[in-house]
Amino acid sequence: MPTPLDSQATISEEIATYAKDPSGPQPRLDYAPYRSSILRHPTKALKQADPEGAELLAPVFGPTDVDPLEADLTIQDGGEPLGERIRVQGRVLDGDGRPVRRQLVEVWQANASGRYIHQRDQHPAPLDPHFTGMGRCLTDDDGRYTFVTVKPGPYPWKNHQNAWRPAHIHFSMFGTDFTQRLVTQMYFPGDPLFALDPIYQSITDPQARERLVASYDHDVSEPEFLLGYSWDIVLTGSRTTPMEATDD
Amino acid sequence: MTERTLPATPGQTVGPFFHYALPYPGDNELVPWGSPGSLTLRGRVYDGDGAPLPDALLEIRQAGIDGVVPQVPGSLRRYGVPFTGWGRCATDNAGEYRFSTVEPDASFIAVAVFARGLLDVLFTRIYLPGATDSFLDSLDTAERDRMTARREGDALVFDVRMQGEEQTVFLDFT
Repeated sequence: MPTPLDSQATISEEIATYAKDPSGPQPRLDYAPYRSSILRHPTKALKQADPEGAELLAPVFGPTDVDPLEADLTIQDGGEPLGERIRVQGRVLDGDGRPVRRQLVEVWQANASGRYIHQRDQHPAPLDPHFTGMGRCLTDDDGRYTFVTVKPGPYPWKNHQNAWRPAHIHFSMFGTDFTQRLVTQMYFPGDPLFALDPIYQSITDPQARERLVASYDHDVSEPEFLLGYSWDIVLTGSRTTPMEATDD
Repeated sequence: MTERTLPATPGQTVGPFFHYALPYPGDNELVPWGSPGSLTLRGRVYDGDGAPLPDALLEIRQAGIDGVVPQVPGSLRRYGVPFTGWGRCATDNAGEYRFSTVEPDASFIAVAVFARGLLDVLFTRIYLPGATDSFLDSLDTAERDRMTARREGDALVFDVRMQGEEQTVFLDFT
């Protein structure tokens, strides 16, 4: 017999306990409300190291790696996917505000019904024959990326009973330095599931987790065509706590 | 001035559904399998109970046989392109990853680890057998052993243990 799943009330209580003691701008790796993390987080402290050798240089990607059409997730499968067409755009910057130029950005997401094309996704929501939900692009000389897609739906998962992930797009980014590698998730403003979601709440600093929420941007919206969202990404390096400017 | 002014975007787990997006044909083939001078780099990823992770993803970054870390494009469409020094491999159902690469003229291969259940990237290094440097010297013998690949035939083998007594040495570059 599988163990019965915990209730949302139990998970929410645990989330509230961690929230009393916020622990910095990155997610906690040991965050029990996300049950899959229990056996998969380091139990020994990480070792301080200075980046050396291959760690100082991110991989390089170029126009031979990525077709510009890969940035439009709505044209990949011979027809238009269902859902709310959106553009998500923004800049990839380093901690000093410099653009990360000509670098790879990869995205993947559920369809408008909250279903991934992945075989392990057994959520009984429809697949969309015109949507695979993955895309790539290279940032331009200003560090800018842009994707056209449809807004993903929220979806259920088995972390606990009646567990639902807020709608999100997975993002994978490279900086100029191997240690700036970042995989994260972009969320949509005002999602009612934020407070209930242990993955989002694993970032216990509220200001830090809000940095994963895109802004609706009417200047990006296009008449009669799509709605626009803007989201900038800052890559500072592995688990780095940014220093506050002291000369204010 | 290297003072940072912008706060970092936090990471989040790669989740369970990356397999149709991040892996691609040739991702783990930094040089063609079995080509002259090629090396198989393989191992398994284990959780705290010793169970293999079928949903982890490793990326490696390394120098070539000349000790130079390449800065050339082409990792996503490798056919006919020079060695890029970067590769990616999702673990299989047995928790195993494998790369076809070359033995760098350097002490280590840099590694980034992602997995469902892992809320942010983890970094480690795969030191070559016999390699030494000041970081390795700062570790105790058991840690040094866990950071060093072992040679099995023509392959280098390096396992990743997410937690416990035998946990892999993960790095903090802060």
